[in-house]
Amino acid sequence: MTTILGIPIQALFGQLLLGLINGAFYAMLSLGLALIFGLLNIVNFSHGALYMMGAFVAWLLLNEMGLDYWTALIVAPIVVALFGMVLERTMLCRLYKLDNLYGLLLTFGLALIIEGVFRQLYGISGMPYAVPSALAGGWNLGFMYLPIYRGWVVLASVVLCLGSWLLIEKTKLGAYLRAGTENATLVQAFGINVPLMITLTYGFGVGLAAIAGVLAAPIYSVNPLMGSNLIIVVFAVVVIGGMGSIMGAIVTGYLLGLVEGLTKVFYPEAASTVIFVLMGIVLLIKPAGLFGKGN
Amino acid sequence: MTIKLRGAAAGLAFLGSIGAAQAQISDGVVKVGVLTDLSGIYSQIAGEGSVAAARLAIDDCLKAECTGMKIELLSADHQNKADIASSKAREWLDVQKVDALVDNVNASVQLAIHTLVKEVNSVALTPGGTSRLTNENCAPENAVQWMWDTYSQVAGVAEALTTPGSTWYFLTADYAFGHQLEKDATAIIQAKGGKIQGALRHPFNNADFSSFLLQAQASGANVIALANAGADSTNSIKQAKEFGFGDKQKMVAFLLMLPDIHALGLDVAKNTILTEGFYWDVDDGTRAFSKRFEAIYKKGKPSQIHAGVYSSVRHYLKAVAFGKTDNPKAVIRKMHELPISDDVVRNPRLRPDGRMVHDTYLLRVKTPAESKGPYDYYQVLEVIPGDKAFKPLKDSLCADLKK
Repeated sequence: MTTILGIPIQALFGQLLLGLINGAFYAMLSLGLALIFGLLNIVNFSHGALYMMGAFVAWLLLNEMGLDYWTALIVAPIVVALFGMVLERTMLCRLYKLDNLYGLLLTFGLALIIEGVFRQLYGISGMPYAVPSALAGGWNLGFMYLPIYRGWVVLASVVLCLGSWLLIEKTKLGAYLRAGTENATLVQAFGINVPLMITLTYGFGVGLAAIAGVLAAPIYSVNPLMGSNLIIVVFAVVVIGGMGSIMGAIVTGYLLGLVEGLTKVFYPEAASTVIFVLMGIVLLIKPAGLFGKGN
Repeated sequence: MTIKLRGAAAGLAFLGSIGAAQAQISDGVVKVGVLTDLSGIYSQIAGEGSVAAARLAIDDCLKAECTGMKIELLSADHQNKADIASSKAREWLDVQKVDALVDNVNASVQLAIHTLVKEVNSVALTPGGTSRLTNENCAPENAVQWMWDTYSQVAGVAEALTTPGSTWYFLTADYAFGHQLEKDATAIIQAKGGKIQGALRHPFNNADFSSFLLQAQASGANVIALANAGADSTNSIKQAKEFGFGDKQKMVAFLLMLPDIHALGLDVAKNTILTEGFYWDVDDGTRAFSKRFEAIYKKGKPSQIHAGVYSSVRHYLKAVAFGKTDNPKAVIRKMHELPISDDVVRNPRLRPDGRMVHDTYLLRVKTPAESKGPYDYYQVLEVIPGDKAFKPLKDSLCADLKK
């Protein structure tokens, strides 16, 4: 059997595929972050908490109202997006003219409060959420056993990420959004409701986080800390990709999933740090990030 | 001697002349400080439940031996950081005059606290944790370790499942506690003729285990052992099921506790083999204790850490009441003299190295069909007597014992 550095090549394929699955989550979350930063200039630290909320709303829908996974996949993001838009209208909108450090601090505080509330209500051990029966089981790919559900996660993530990218870069609505961030006053003068557009953008970014949360629920235990464990990595992804770059966030998300997957094979101890080492290197060589324009 | 003392103390209590006893208690009040994880991954197996258990122990003692004594309960969140734990503990000991540091969940915190109480002469009551606390890092004059340790957690499982020629693969959490579990298990498995196929160190508080699980699967070992705890264990088990781990490879968990099983759900956790030092549904005593605990805690049945906090604090306070002093070394000596008896532990005995040995249980997680309701999760496969459950005293690495 062919081996690379003592690892059978087939096993390596398996690990790369797993890395891609983790990358799918990084991509979905960092896309939302990049979107919010790009258009609102807010470093949204509550993104992880809202991702966790997505998973919890799915759990509540199932256990309190008997609504299944597929319904949750639609309803949970809407609920969380509405919650996010309320936050934006009542609090975040006051910070646009200030240094973005204020936004960072406010959203960080919000994240702690949201997590604290869920921790108080549901404890820390987490709640079980079963894989939907239509996606249970797995395929034997020869080099590894792939659970169908994980395949679905990658597919859903690719569709969502590409869809969002097309929406922002290729449609008229996206053009308004981009123009609004460049010069809000001018765009408003053309009769476009910029504040509404910004609120909807925040809702959309947050909704993406919630969808990622629902997708994650059957894989990880649904617990109040699931977001804070992930958010720092996702921020590193955004920094490496280039703050505010939509395509950068998506591509870097998948790439770093792969890098992390390889690290788990060759030196598992470093799996949680490799992304930050890369971030350090990228910041040294290309401070604006891989896809950032820099100014 | 004991009977005489008990008689004397009871007499004192009834005569209401506790004032004399309090003369020996510094600043007239016994302060118990629960230093625990109130917000992180151990907050469900310890956390608020540990505070509730200490409260219950204090209330129980005030109704018995401690009548008339003034006992205060403090609690703090150490956030799983040894430096925060140390500075909080120092503040408690120096400024607030706390008499005993309780719980100290998390191995790195425990090691820091053990060093500290030895250095400044105070008391640590630790319900479980790394077996180093009664070996390399022992402090027999200042500390006790109560319910379980990394050795007792692996002993039951490893003894029961190791056959000559069986092969094991470890998924080990990469910090002091995980390494200790792996080390303790390796010694037992090799002694029984088993073989260690390999081990993999994963970062603490990891979310995705699929990559590690596939490596374990590829090793071809008969038994995949989880030398981790909390969310790391539950995520491993959940994802192992997802990746179709079959009957060929048995999965064992060294540190799963009742709240973890509750979080996993029986459908995922069923048939996992594990050891605990306490289970609420063992006999009338444990059921009665659990009911009283639930009335205070309100978030479920006690974990073995909660039970250990209760039992150790209860015995500590009894020793203070009977010894009529809160002098650290004198209380610990008194704890060694007095027989331990409560609703929580069975056949308990406090050894010179500070290890409390008692019966532990080899358990199998029930299937959803076998369970009659919430928290009816375990079938007791075997009661492991204290001497077999814990590392023998003759093998102890405690340097202070050999002085």
